[in-house]
Amino acid sequence: MEVFGIWIAAFLTLCIYSFLYRDNPFYRFAEHLFVGMTVGYGIARSIHQGFIPLAWTPLWAAIIGESPAGYFKLIPICIGLLFFARLSSRHSWLVSYPIAILIGFGSGAMIPNAFQAYIFEQTRGTIEPFGSIHAGTLSGWEIFEAVLMIVGVVCTLTYFFFSAEHRGPVKWISKVGIAFLMIGFGSAFGNTVMGRVALLIQRVDFLINDWIGSISALF
Amino acid sequence: MIKTTQWVAICLVLCLSVGTAFSQGEPVAPSNVTAVDTPNDDGSSITIKWDAAAEDTGISGYQILRRIADGELEPIGDLLPAGTTAYVDSAIEGGTAYTYVVRAVSETDATVDSEQTPAVEGTGEWFHTGKTAIFIVMLLFSAAIVWNIYDARSGKDIFVRRIPGLEAVDEAIGRATEMGRSILYVLGLGGVSGAATIAGMTILGQVARRTADYETALRVPCNDPIVLNVVREMVKTAYLDEGRPDAYNEDNIFFLTESQFAYAAGVDGMIIREKPAAIFLQGTFYAESLILAETGNSVGAIQIAGTTSESQLPFFIAACDYTLIGEELFAATAYLSKDPMFLGSIRGQDWGKLLIFAALILGVLLELSGINWITTLLQRVS
Repeated sequence: MEVFGIWIAAFLTLCIYSFLYRDNPFYRFAEHLFVGMTVGYGIARSIHQGFIPLAWTPLWAAIIGESPAGYFKLIPICIGLLFFARLSSRHSWLVSYPIAILIGFGSGAMIPNAFQAYIFEQTRGTIEPFGSIHAGTLSGWEIFEAVLMIVGVVCTLTYFFFSAEHRGPVKWISKVGIAFLMIGFGSAFGNTVMGRVALLIQRVDFLINDWIGSISALF
Repeated sequence: MIKTTQWVAICLVLCLSVGTAFSQGEPVAPSNVTAVDTPNDDGSSITIKWDAAAEDTGISGYQILRRIADGELEPIGDLLPAGTTAYVDSAIEGGTAYTYVVRAVSETDATVDSEQTPAVEGTGEWFHTGKTAIFIVMLLFSAAIVWNIYDARSGKDIFVRRIPGLEAVDEAIGRATEMGRSILYVLGLGGVSGAATIAGMTILGQVARRTADYETALRVPCNDPIVLNVVREMVKTAYLDEGRPDAYNEDNIFFLTESQFAYAAGVDGMIIREKPAAIFLQGTFYAESLILAETGNSVGAIQIAGTTSESQLPFFIAACDYTLIGEELFAATAYLSKDPMFLGSIRGQDWGKLLIFAALILGVLLELSGINWITTLLQRVS
């Protein structure tokens, strides 16, 4: 049974890799199988991890009198059901309500965290080393890094000013900012490519050792 | 016959041995044990604290015991290391009172219990006092945005600098119209509450207005069923606003799959078979970014990408014709629509950046002078 699974996985891997040559029936087969299976799996997962534990079970517990608090679940359930209003052309405007609630809730939950992680934390990280410079605990190289960091942050932030025209000194500062961005992107590119090569090696390793290994084990 | 002195010596040795063993094996009971409802939480935990034991008391660890109403004392969690002075019990139920005992365990497994704490319940707080500073900054920031929106609505001209990638939007749509091919708009893998996805959907609204005018097919494969609903609503509204409801085709906006690589495989297949003349990749992207961008490049489509995912931006810059970097994605809507609300919002955000500038420069100067109250404040709110 395990060998059968290895053969299916190897066949589908080769089908997907055949796209590197051109679009072909093998790729199309694997693509449609992959999309179809993941949609089916997604629906089953939504029912078992979403609908049953979050909606059905508490509501049923309320109906049979075990936990009346379950009736509160009717509020989100009704809001969710409004998505089905789309099926009726006369009532499709009702869809706006769950959408507005979701976007409003999502933004409200996200913005404070973004402030905390991207503004407060990073501002602190940028200025904190200068306290160590005052204390005299940083080496020459570390002082250079701290200064480079503040220059990079100020220049890059200048690039993202949209309501001011970039000319004169602002233009040159934002150009330095773009240079910092590109150096950062270059570094990220190299790192990610290394990660992707590792994934390729893993897959080739599967084909050579597991799949071809299973063929040789037959003889 | 044992002499009296020998008896005395034996007794002394025995007493000393027993005394030593007792002092090593019997730990001191934890003192000042308190159990309080954990502040600033949703009522799902209780924090137990006790004083640190003095050194050489032979304590090897602490075990927390919990009692519900008149029930039995039951140990919860694992044995805590000797230096521990606090424990958060996160396995509680609302409306139930709990009492706690902290048991000190010695190296010889001897135990001694603390006094039992008074009963305590977990209750949720409406306001997280630790986030007051964030709240104030957000209020200031919101006030700046609202002020600028009113300013823009009152007719004041608000400047938005040139963003090259967005100037190519009309060129891309025009090219697709001339070639008689479709436009593919990919929103990536973000959910409906993701900032990049919301920005991508808003740009889509602007693109849809132009495709409605030019009668160009706009195809949007979605990864999230809720995003699908929002996108359909936005595109439909754009077509209605342009007076072209007849040109709107709901089937062109469809759900593909939620799985990342199945979505990439599906979109790749669409790109190869339909050969769209223009591809917009705007939203949240992960490892599939280069797969999509390279496939789009291979069919010769003009590609305009935009994302806030720093690790994917290099791939878009390498494989696409134009890329909106980070916040340019958020500025795009204002740039394309020239709507006073978006324009005012952009200038309000710039005011926020000026505030960060001020904090950075002031912070650096103060730190260099040995004054660190800005970093202390930032640390407190982080």
